[in-house]
Amino acid sequence: MNRVKEKIMELVFLFTAVISIVAVALICIFLFANGYPAIHKIGLWEFLSGKTWRPTNQIFGIFPMIIGSLYVTGGALVIGVPVGILMAVFLSRFCPKKLYRMLKPIVDLLAGIPSIVYGFFGLVVIVPFVREHMKGDGNSILTASVLLGIMILPTVIGVSESAIRAVEQSYYEGALALGATHERSVFTVVVPAAKSGIMAAVVLGVGRAIGETMAVIMVAGNQARVPHSIFQGVRTLTANIVMEMGYAADLHRETLIATGVVLFVFILMINLSFSLLKRRGGEK
Amino acid sequence: MEAVNRQSFRDKMKSYQKHPGSFLLLLLVLLAAVFTVSVLVFLVGYILIHGIPYLKPSLFAWEYTSENVSMLPAMINTLFITVLALAISIPFGVGAAIYLVEYAKKGNKLVGVIRVTAETLSGIPSIIYGLFGMLFFVTALKWGYSMLAGAMTLAIMVLPVIMRTTEEALLCVPDSFREGSFGLGAGKLRTIFRIVLPSAVPGILSGIILAIGRIVGETAALIYTAGTVAGAAGFFDSGRTLAIHMYSLSREGMHTHEAYATAVVLLVVVLIINGASSLIAKKFEAPRK
Repeated sequence: MNRVKEKIMELVFLFTAVISIVAVALICIFLFANGYPAIHKIGLWEFLSGKTWRPTNQIFGIFPMIIGSLYVTGGALVIGVPVGILMAVFLSRFCPKKLYRMLKPIVDLLAGIPSIVYGFFGLVVIVPFVREHMKGDGNSILTASVLLGIMILPTVIGVSESAIRAVEQSYYEGALALGATHERSVFTVVVPAAKSGIMAAVVLGVGRAIGETMAVIMVAGNQARVPHSIFQGVRTLTANIVMEMGYAADLHRETLIATGVVLFVFILMINLSFSLLKRRGGEK
Repeated sequence: MEAVNRQSFRDKMKSYQKHPGSFLLLLLVLLAAVFTVSVLVFLVGYILIHGIPYLKPSLFAWEYTSENVSMLPAMINTLFITVLALAISIPFGVGAAIYLVEYAKKGNKLVGVIRVTAETLSGIPSIIYGLFGMLFFVTALKWGYSMLAGAMTLAIMVLPVIMRTTEEALLCVPDSFREGSFGLGAGKLRTIFRIVLPSAVPGILSGIILAIGRIVGETAALIYTAGTVAGAAGFFDSGRTLAIHMYSLSREGMHTHEAYATAVVLLVVVLIINGASSLIAKKFEAPRK
């Protein structure tokens, strides 16, 4: 009786473990199956490289949105990566223990703030600032980049901090013994040794930035065209889905799902490179 | 380490005079820290200062009308969907972690696949979950825009969080506990439920708190699964959570004040969640070290 119970429960646990495989399979199947008809009808190349998005005329090219996602993500990296890595260095090698106990919750809080609150903050603070002190109407690539740069900070900080902490102390001590200052030892010996971990942090940041939806919608302007300056509005792949899914039908709806498929493929590539980088970091 | 390179402040300044590059690096690092902290303080402070004056009692009216734009129904919905999503996600997440740690043999190929898929799940952005939820739960299973569809979508979304934290917590339980239990004649199941799980509770709890944080702040995954209808909802009704409520308010542009107030409530919830998780971490991890 007991042995039967043990066996049954083992199977139950196995079943729960398999759920994540089932979930990934279902997500892939449903996205690709629902996105494929649109891509098939329009043609993959026309869909990806078409510069015009005009659903009312049945013209569906998502090139502006791909460019938009890339621009905004790139801008976020310009702000988030240097600040994030420097902050990680500060937390792991400069900060006294007492201060660390105060700073760590701050970084955690930054990670915990919902994206809708970030978006609202961007809407009421950053957008008016850009409009009044710079150029354009404030809903722009620049605004979205600044906001996303802040949003990916905790991700970049968290992963690079643990990468820097994982570097053996002897590296640092060796550099000090050779006469380098604390800063020089950290930046020329410890940080390079944590390179693949820090790269993984950047890749994870890219993933967060490219997949961010609500915050971007509220500050990016969402015009579906190829922008010519960073003060112009832009629409990302994620925004395209949320903006139009509410009223889209037929082919239009299918193209939005296909937009999701394109985003999903991007994310899968990013995930793959993240785990490759992490594995390489782990081997050392 | 500190004892070896103890330097007086003056020595340090002298050293920086000799190495201006190092001083520059120090400045940059400090600047980054100041930037990060001030961004957070500014953001939280700005929203609290502008939002708290608008926290009027009418915002917490029992019924939602387009006049009072009450957020109470949205708060109830948020609570409901959180409980529902966790009720689905915790058994599966904890069960999966138990399988990975307690049952799976080393080198089991299935374990590798499970790990990869869990990692994939945690990397998928919420809008993709939203699309999937819409295609699968709302359309294919014909649940329509409903709390249940939203909760299922969220449950899949937080599954990897709960799995990972539980797995870590289980791995932290020393093997001697298990051996002791087996030695006293307990079976595997009994050992897991009576010995291993109870000692892993703090870790599991911190995972659950993390999951709650993600659920409460979620918007993109819910818009096209749970929908945006204002007002308290049942299992198969569409209803908006607090985050979606705030999105609708700030989109319309007519209720900026109320959006501020909602942001305050969301921020307070996040503050409580973060406080709780660090409290748990402090309480349970300190004695172990």
